[in-house]
Amino acid sequence: MRALHRKLWRELWKMRGQAFAIAIVIAGGVATLLMSLSSLESLRITRDTFYRDYRFAEVFASLNRAPQGLLASIEAIPGIQTVETRVVAPASLDLPDFPDPATGLVISIPDGRNPELNRLFLRLGRLPDAGRSDEVVVSEPFAEAHGLLPGDRFSAVIQGRRQNLVVAGIGLSPEHIYQIKPGDLFPDPQRYGILWMNRSHLAAAHDMEGAFNDLVLTLARGASAGDVIDALDRILDPYGGVGAVGRDDQLSHSYLEAEFEQLATMARVFPTIFLGVAAFLLNVVLARLIATEREQIAVLKAFGYGDWEVGLHYMQMVLLMSTLGLVIGTLGGYWLGEALGTLYADFFRFPYLAYQLPFQVVAIGALVTLAAAVLGTLSAVRRAVRLPPAEAMRPEPPATYRPTVVERLGLQRFFAQPTRMILRHLERRPFKALLSITGISFACGILIVGNFQQDAVNHMIEVQFGLANRYDVAVTFIEPTSRRVLHEIEAMEGVLKVEPQRLVPVVLRNGHRHFRTSVQGIVAEGDLRRVLDTDLQVMAPPEDGVVITDFLAEILAVGPGQTITVDILEGKRRTLTLVVDGLVNEYVGVSGYMEIDALNRWIGEGSAVSGALLSVDPAARDEVTSRLMNSPRVAGVTHRLAAIETFRETMAQTVLIFAFIATLLAGSIAFGIVYNSARIALSERGRELASLRVLGLTREEISYILLGELAVLTAAGIPLGFLVGRALCWYLTVGMRSDLYRVPLILEPSTYAVAATVVTVSAILSGFIVRHRLHRLDLVAVLKTRE
Amino acid sequence: MKQQAEQQPDKVVFHAEGLTKIYRMGEIEVRALAGVDLELYRGEFVVLLGPSGSGKSTLLNILGGLDAPTAGKVICGGNDLVLATDRELTQFRRHMVGFVFQFYNLIPSLTARENVQIVTEIAQNPMPAERALELVGLGDRMDHFPAQLSGGQQQRVAIARAIAKQPAVLLCDEPTGALDSTTGIVVLEVLERINRELGTTTVVITHNADIARMADRVIHLSNGIIGAIDMNQDKRAAKELSW
Ligand SMILES: Nc1ncnc2c1ncn2[C@@H]1O[C@H](COP(=O)(O)OP(=O)(O)OP(=O)(O)O)[C@@H](O)[C@H]1O
Ligand SMILES: [Mg+2]
Repeated sequence: MRALHRKLWRELWKMRGQAFAIAIVIAGGVATLLMSLSSLESLRITRDTFYRDYRFAEVFASLNRAPQGLLASIEAIPGIQTVETRVVAPASLDLPDFPDPATGLVISIPDGRNPELNRLFLRLGRLPDAGRSDEVVVSEPFAEAHGLLPGDRFSAVIQGRRQNLVVAGIGLSPEHIYQIKPGDLFPDPQRYGILWMNRSHLAAAHDMEGAFNDLVLTLARGASAGDVIDALDRILDPYGGVGAVGRDDQLSHSYLEAEFEQLATMARVFPTIFLGVAAFLLNVVLARLIATEREQIAVLKAFGYGDWEVGLHYMQMVLLMSTLGLVIGTLGGYWLGEALGTLYADFFRFPYLAYQLPFQVVAIGALVTLAAAVLGTLSAVRRAVRLPPAEAMRPEPPATYRPTVVERLGLQRFFAQPTRMILRHLERRPFKALLSITGISFACGILIVGNFQQDAVNHMIEVQFGLANRYDVAVTFIEPTSRRVLHEIEAMEGVLKVEPQRLVPVVLRNGHRHFRTSVQGIVAEGDLRRVLDTDLQVMAPPEDGVVITDFLAEILAVGPGQTITVDILEGKRRTLTLVVDGLVNEYVGVSGYMEIDALNRWIGEGSAVSGALLSVDPAARDEVTSRLMNSPRVAGVTHRLAAIETFRETMAQTVLIFAFIATLLAGSIAFGIVYNSARIALSERGRELASLRVLGLTREEISYILLGELAVLTAAGIPLGFLVGRALCWYLTVGMRSDLYRVPLILEPSTYAVAATVVTVSAILSGFIVRHRLHRLDLVAVLKTRE
Repeated sequence: MKQQAEQQPDKVVFHAEGLTKIYRMGEIEVRALAGVDLELYRGEFVVLLGPSGSGKSTLLNILGGLDAPTAGKVICGGNDLVLATDRELTQFRRHMVGFVFQFYNLIPSLTARENVQIVTEIAQNPMPAERALELVGLGDRMDHFPAQLSGGQQQRVAIARAIAKQPAVLLCDEPTGALDSTTGIVVLEVLERINRELGTTTVVITHNADIARMADRVIHLSNGIIGAIDMNQDKRAAKELSW
């Protein structure tokens, strides 16, 4: 082995603690990247495989009722591969021991067989027997939420008739991966489920014998979905077709897509921040590390080693540390990615997870880290090499200390000599001090990023469910209904207040931009449902215009005062032009709002309501609920508290889990940085401190000088880190905005406190390690050789 | 100077002219060299004498291509070191010069042997590292780290490191400063032998006027200028010296 290589290994071994800390910083950044991208990529692959293996349909249509004979003319549409007709029926589900309202969707399957399209994956049990009329397959999330197993019984009300059912199997379908009740913002597996039943029985129960009210199809290779949809709509129109949709507008698929988009953003933004910070810190740490080697670099140069060879030598040292970090980070990222992917797969209800770590992702991680390491090293080596060797090798001239600001202000009498040394050293090396402070502040900053989403979620709940939605129970009717129904509800015992609500599905357009959502009609002086402006002040719903969610205004590129086109998707299907009267602050979902009577006037539908919001005496809640559920006009009942709970759960299982792991990684990066700052300070000043020991200062006194400096730097870095953290969080919220939800930039004092605590604890631990080294400082060895 | 160069054109190894070195530290200017003209000839043994702070180390560093003068030129082998590229300077140091530094500057993480090897590995015609160490009397300390050696022993490792590559020019900054007279003489004998057997041009800085007795020429430096250059008519062998 060449002497230079021996030097490399020996020095690496000597600074193994520090090298390991550097490796941890890299590992933290790389693991974040791999975890984020691999879990997401695996989810995508899993979804696509599931879609393919279980033949997820490509076009979906529902209608009122058509004779089965129509199938032949549908099959004649060019571009269709397979068509399957079905019967789909809404149902109220009645489970023993569950008082809350639960609803579901019953979908027919060919008697005793798995359908051709949207095939069922059976987790437990079997398909219903061909001859049995009471057997169903229950969707897994619903079954799990209620502890249902094959053989269990419950009942459902279909078309007003009670059916006693037996669970034959528990399964999943590519069509209902994301099981969300239409109109809800988040899935609630306790209160919404999917059932699959033999067609002959469901047809009988739903008055659909010899007929169908739903169909799904796949396209032939190269066929255009748009053309097929147009042809299909023409055929189905006389039968009450409501417009076929492609996958993009299919409920489960589009929600899944939106959630994936959200995760993808997080998977982009987090690693960008983490890896960026890790790379920057790596750069700083290595630059300082190499600066301490300046004398040895000079010796090598004096003996004829070229800049390139010297650079390569240090590059190897750095690459070895980085490689260690990469290996740890890759293993950690792989493991965390699989764990996270499994959690996500569970949450999204995939039957399995096709986990893989894409090679490109590893390559990106390696490239970014190594580039940061190499750049940091090169610039530091260049700086060291530029110094003439003669100068670098001379013992450093006693530094030109000046009286500090403190001393010029005449405050020195308040400080003992060691304190003055700390102050002078900091003042003389402001740039180095600044680098340390920057490192510590970034460490503090990413800790804040990891934690802040919890605060944001709390704030979202407070605004969404505290200020905007203040009802206890929300009722939706099967179809727009006369206002008289409100009086009936108001008359129920325990109902304190009722407000009407009108929900109209629309497409909003501005030029070529358009968005499918709903306009909500609410009462002007309403108390149970209010819209808030961008300052969270209550605003009145307009009568001759519409107010829209601020994010929707961005999607449509409109501002207050401008007009948008509104295509009403029900009733007379009018197209209106409305002025945007103002913007609504809303964190979850996007929609438009109008005064309810004005909305009805615009769409030309008397004074219909599509739902009602209730304030209910808590003691009477269950009683009111069950009476509502038994009313034939009621399609669904939602409790606000249950909505809050599902919101929390959704966030907990997606965003917060991710953020929690990210916080752990941030913690490791933070520790690595603080520890390195301390160790570098030790190697820069070891000689000076040893000399002071020789001159008679005690161990405690020299520890005080070094650790006092560390304390000052940490104390300065933390508040700066608060600012850095806030800026990084802002970047995250901007990146994560989607029509599903927008996370507001809310940071609670406790988040700052946690970040500050982690940094402080890291500093104290590092301080102990450094102090231990200082106490064992071999005075003779330090003074004899010059490092 | 010009005449001298014409007299012995092929014997001149170094030709320095008008060398000035000014260190600026804020408002204060330190004039370490104030116009030095100097020639060194092939195979000669030169002693550089002068009080502390007179600019000896500065001059030596400039001759060795470790530092650049503020003004003036240094011609070696037909090239001006002052104008040389970094690459050329590296080649120059690698193949032409052996240094012994006033503060040894050993690499702490390498043993004595490895400290020599790090130089011999890149040299064109080195002697084995072990032989170089034996020459300075450290055959039994080859696997010691610098921290395990005395100051004088470290200095001898530094000398072994400088001579091992058998350079054309040997520049030694107080090679015996930390040694007792017996060991000092052993070291000087090594330098003398390298100078004689290999024809290495050798420059030795010292405060010790006794050592000047083994030189071909003695250059006196004070306050950054050359006060006098003595030709030593009565050159002594190293082992005849004592102090
Ligand atoms: N880096 C520097 N910055 C400022 N002044 C310097 C520097 N290096 C040397 N000097 C000054 O230049 C002058 C010459 O220094 P040099 O090291 O050449 O002296 P020297 O003759 O080798 O002395 P000694 O015998 O004590 O080693 C001295 O006055 C010294 O203070
Ligand atoms: Mg000197």
